[in-house]
Amino acid sequence: MATPAVELLKELEEYKYGWKSPEVYVYKAPKGLNEDVVRKISELKEEPEWMLEYRLQALKHFLERPMPNWGPDLSDLNFDEIVYYVKPAEREGRSWDEVPEEIKRTFERLGIPEAEQKFLAGVGAQFESEMVYHRVKEELERLGVIFISIEDGLKQYPELFREYFGKVVPYTDNKFAALNAAVWSGGSFVYIPPGVKVEQPLQAYFRLNVANIGQFERTLIIVDEGAEAHYVEGCTAPLYTTDSLHTGVIEIIVKRGARFRYTTIQNWSTNVYNLVTQRALVYEDAHMEWVDANIGSKVTMKYPSCYLLGRGAHGEILSLAFAKDGQVIDNGGKVIHLAPDTTSKIVSKSVSKGTGRASYRGLVKVHKGAKHVKSHVVCDALLIDETSRSDTYPYIEIEEDDVTIGHEASVSRVSEEQVFYLRSRGLSEEEAVTMVVAGFIEPMVRELPMEYAVELNRLVQLEMEGSVG
Amino acid sequence: MAETLDIRNLHVRTEEREILKGVNLTLRQGEVHALMGPNGAGKSTLAYVLMGHPGYEVTEGEVIFKGQNILELEPEERAHLGLFLAFQYPVAVPGVTIANFLRAALNAKRQAQGLEEISILEFRKLLMDKMRLLKMDPAFAGRYVNDGFSGGEKKKAEILQLAVLEPEFAVLDETDSGLDIDALRIVADGINALRGPERGFLVITHYKRILDYVQPDYVHVMVDGRIVASGGPELADELEAKGYENLLATVRG
Ligand SMILES: Nc1ncnc2c1ncn2[C@@H]1O[C@H](COP(=O)(O)OP(=O)(O)OP(=O)(O)O)[C@@H](O)[C@H]1O
Ligand SMILES: [Mg+2]
Repeated sequence: MATPAVELLKELEEYKYGWKSPEVYVYKAPKGLNEDVVRKISELKEEPEWMLEYRLQALKHFLERPMPNWGPDLSDLNFDEIVYYVKPAEREGRSWDEVPEEIKRTFERLGIPEAEQKFLAGVGAQFESEMVYHRVKEELERLGVIFISIEDGLKQYPELFREYFGKVVPYTDNKFAALNAAVWSGGSFVYIPPGVKVEQPLQAYFRLNVANIGQFERTLIIVDEGAEAHYVEGCTAPLYTTDSLHTGVIEIIVKRGARFRYTTIQNWSTNVYNLVTQRALVYEDAHMEWVDANIGSKVTMKYPSCYLLGRGAHGEILSLAFAKDGQVIDNGGKVIHLAPDTTSKIVSKSVSKGTGRASYRGLVKVHKGAKHVKSHVVCDALLIDETSRSDTYPYIEIEEDDVTIGHEASVSRVSEEQVFYLRSRGLSEEEAVTMVVAGFIEPMVRELPMEYAVELNRLVQLEMEGSVG
Repeated sequence: MAETLDIRNLHVRTEEREILKGVNLTLRQGEVHALMGPNGAGKSTLAYVLMGHPGYEVTEGEVIFKGQNILELEPEERAHLGLFLAFQYPVAVPGVTIANFLRAALNAKRQAQGLEEISILEFRKLLMDKMRLLKMDPAFAGRYVNDGFSGGEKKKAEILQLAVLEPEFAVLDETDSGLDIDALRIVADGINALRGPERGFLVITHYKRILDYVQPDYVHVMVDGRIVASGGPELADELEAKGYENLLATVRG
């Protein structure tokens, strides 16, 4: 635990309820999805013809493709009730001074400390489906790093963009990837040149701001040979009365000898369907790590994946799920070993509270010819109440003999003995349970940058409030 | 005036059977009492019940401390009031460091007493002082509570908690078991350093050895849920020489 339970309690009040900035936009699409909406999005974004064609093909696929017949229940999700595009009034800012006051307030409400707001010089914040503020730090520019909005990526680097866009996650991958491909808007475009090591995490904050908007963010990241970087994405969202949808697609290419980590802290409000496809192609001797913390949403389906394509590639997925009353968080990870001497690790920690249900769903696949593969999967579930549930779906498919695969799974409850021990030292029952939970997720929290670790602990603490007694 | 912890006619049972069958014992601040007795006599049960373990049912009796029957209080309220139990089998809390845990515990107690929270710096200093007293490596504070600790480390960690929380009454349940000779010495020195007019101890043990270091004022023997003999330190010597069987025979006549 980065900060002790008791000390943080008083800081939590302001995080208790979602808040909402006034809606400011110049164009808002009508509800529902059809060809006209897709054409309008592409037109407003002044896209090249190939992108419009791509969107339309994806739309066709989306409409034809049935809903997934596995996983959480999505029957309450009504695609006709969703607004697929909102264009904000503000244009993208170039410097901190130009950032609209309202958005600065947004950052403040998110609890980002003063000092860090300056640090935000290198941050892209998504506001109402589009990058409003974006300034690449001078240091990044000097290094030749590209960190811009996905729209600017398409405009400014058309060849690079087209070479990789939709290649890691084709729209035929799944129904929601198809939806995203049809209506995507907002997200980041990142390129790290060969051998460049970026010390500071590249950060983006996301926030849903208009009721019923599906956010369809799209991010494309190319980490060239021998480069190193860390991208962090965190989001908190206001509460709404009607269902919302967040369907993102994240595509990452980690080239030979490069190292990349992508961290998400997801805290959508509990009416949001969060259905995200994240995939990385990992080449020879490259390392890819997904750190994925899911706290919010009504339903989350998210399985970050690594395709280990070159000899010696390494993939790692650390996922954390915290499901409270009524939430279903179905997450985990996939690693596909396609080359010899590749290694992988999946560590999943899930906490289920009340009627919450946090499950692990994962796949380790070893293709024929991928010799000397080593993979280890650990999934630990912690149940807080009698009504809490956790399921584990650890799929393993192996076509090669010469492999070492380990799998460990555990389900535990917060034990009476632990709670009594902590109470005997003066902690209340709630503080005691919170401390056990915080300790359980500590190995994950430790992997996060400091400010996110603090934020995550706060969120967990908030979720635990009023949970006992 | 010295506070007392007054155990009166305490009867305790689990679902299956009665374990404590009318325990009477009065501890005063400033005194050290030793509680001995064969395995299964009910010593740990007494310790747990004093602290408020939810797994036991008190069917009769009361425990008066600071003018109230503490059996009606929650465990944390008893801790705030000044009670402490060093567990015979301390529980692991993976992922929570000793430092964070103890700071939270100390602040919870201070808050209940209407005191200001202790600052991180002050707490650090306090913790380091206490660790030095117990000859503990400062790195120990960063380890997860009882997680993967050796038997001896667990016992030392209990005494460290005692030292930081400074209770008025401390029950030490076999804190001497599993300690090597040097560790026993250190723990005993620690207890002696914490001994004083404002603190009372109930030291549960099987061995006279610790009582050579921590001289008790009184020794009690519990058998089958009752205190069957009480006396001065010489009772421990007698026990050591004769064993429980003979002593029992003497007592029962
Ligand atoms: N929670 C419980 N449920 C059922 N039986 C219990 C429980 N706690 C204690 N007992 C039983 O009550 C008796 C007394 O146990 P207790 O642990 O108090 O003994 P003790 O005097 O501390 O023994 P030792 O010297 O071995 O530590 C034992 O027979 C034990 O099995
Ligand atoms: Mg015992």
